[in-house]
Amino acid sequence: MLILQGALSLGLLWSLMTIGVFLTYRILEMPDLSVEGTIILGASMAASMIAADGDPMIATLAAAGVGCLGGLVTGILHTKFKIPPILAGILTMIGSYSVVIRILGTSNVSLLRIRTIFSPLVDIGLTNRNAVIAFGGAVVLGIGILLFWFFSTELGSAIRATGNNRQMVKAQGVNTDGMIILCLMISNGLVGLSGALIAQDQGFASVDMGAGTIVIGLASVIIAEVLFRVRSFWGRLISLVAGAIIYRLIIALVLEMGMAPTDLRLFQAITVAVALTLPIIRERLGKLTKRIGKGA
Amino acid sequence: MLVIENLNKTFNPGTPIENHVLHGVGLTLAKGDYVTLIGGNGAGKSTLLSSVAGTFLPDTGKISIDGVDVTHLSEHKRAVYLGRVFQDPMMGSAANMSIEENLALAYRRGQKRGLRWFITEKERILYREKLSILELGLENRLADKVGLLSGGQRQALTLIMATLKEPKVLLLDEHTAALDPKTAPKVLEIGSRIIDKYGLTTMMVTHNMKDAIRQGNRLIMMSSGRIVLDISGAEKSALTVKDLIAKFSLVSGEEFSGDQALLG
Repeated sequence: MLILQGALSLGLLWSLMTIGVFLTYRILEMPDLSVEGTIILGASMAASMIAADGDPMIATLAAAGVGCLGGLVTGILHTKFKIPPILAGILTMIGSYSVVIRILGTSNVSLLRIRTIFSPLVDIGLTNRNAVIAFGGAVVLGIGILLFWFFSTELGSAIRATGNNRQMVKAQGVNTDGMIILCLMISNGLVGLSGALIAQDQGFASVDMGAGTIVIGLASVIIAEVLFRVRSFWGRLISLVAGAIIYRLIIALVLEMGMAPTDLRLFQAITVAVALTLPIIRERLGKLTKRIGKGA
Repeated sequence: MLVIENLNKTFNPGTPIENHVLHGVGLTLAKGDYVTLIGGNGAGKSTLLSSVAGTFLPDTGKISIDGVDVTHLSEHKRAVYLGRVFQDPMMGSAANMSIEENLALAYRRGQKRGLRWFITEKERILYREKLSILELGLENRLADKVGLLSGGQRQALTLIMATLKEPKVLLLDEHTAALDPKTAPKVLEIGSRIIDKYGLTTMMVTHNMKDAIRQGNRLIMMSSGRIVLDISGAEKSALTVKDLIAKFSLVSGEEFSGDQALLG
């Protein structure tokens, strides 16, 4: 039960990051590594503002804003300076480390015994865990509705089409560079928001908490796709949240079973590599069984 | 409607693979002109079309559409004036999106895209009506993903998309070349029907001499980056494939090669 609750609360907060990764990886069809940097940008922005007696709500919004800026930098590097997307993301990520230390002043800031965005819910009698679940759930629902609406508008649809067929969208008079930048900003804004909430939940922000974010994001996206196979945008959003929670559950279980936390990253990398290889393995297997079938 | 003046373009200048593809090309299309553009491989016909579409910047020269100088307008900005159909049937539409979403995207060509709802019920009626012109039954499949359609169906859909907002100039870049022999004439005929209906100013690149003769009111032949033949009206109607091959050899000083052109 405790594991389930923990996975639910963490999964909800991380699902915002997962949705951000989904927007670039699946909608734009452009894997974006800046998330590694923007998650700590968001976390450090929120943590340092809250530690300095700032309003947690404003601090969290500021974190989303900083995430957007990170996405803007990657977008400009890619579209205006023609730097390949992976490299553009890496540049933003590397640069973020220095910015984060500037924001934090040191390499980590503690939020212990400081009121966070979850505190008002604790005041009305919820446990810490349940407060995170309630608040996280509400934010995820709100963001989900906003995204569903946005990607059903003319602008959102132009972004979807840009990811699908850039040449055609250009021929229909859409500024594809602008669409890519906008999508990267929304994506990294969500990642920054996710970082801010995670920092407030765990009670600190540190410069190294972002490492492996992209792998966690991809793993959650792939879990969602493999398990749920839904097509509609709404369905996909819900499956992403479920994917993020299931991912947390898997991690909690393997740790429970005795895996050393230091081995976790290798485990994550192997999981994602295997999941990404699945379609090819399936195809090969299909061909093989067909051949055997013909031979018989 | 379309004025091209002294257009020059060299790809990879100053390198061993330097290629001067357009040599001072000049061309004026009157409103309603339907020009077929023909020539051997590397003659510059597709490059000429791309220069109008804005895929690259010419080295010298000027292009204007309906009196507006578009020479330096980016591809997506000049798309306001243009309808385009590509050689690759996969290129003209978004496979992961539905038929109606693709049409809605095309319906807003030249408009600012804001936060309004993407497809309205009123538009669906219009889309059904436009699709029924094709006689392919697509009007009953509005919500189907375009990826499910055949190459011919996708190319027909792209024709509708290119003309949904009436373009000043329609650019067809060998739009039937990648289709099977049964489908190609159908798509060609659908295109001609739409062009006639709206009197669209059109440039069509083709490898097929018969098509080049039969379609349109004007025929232009290019060779080595220059326009070498420009005939229209009665002279064009009287043309045969044999004449065309003879003319080609005469003006270019080489045998016309390409089985496709001869057999077509």
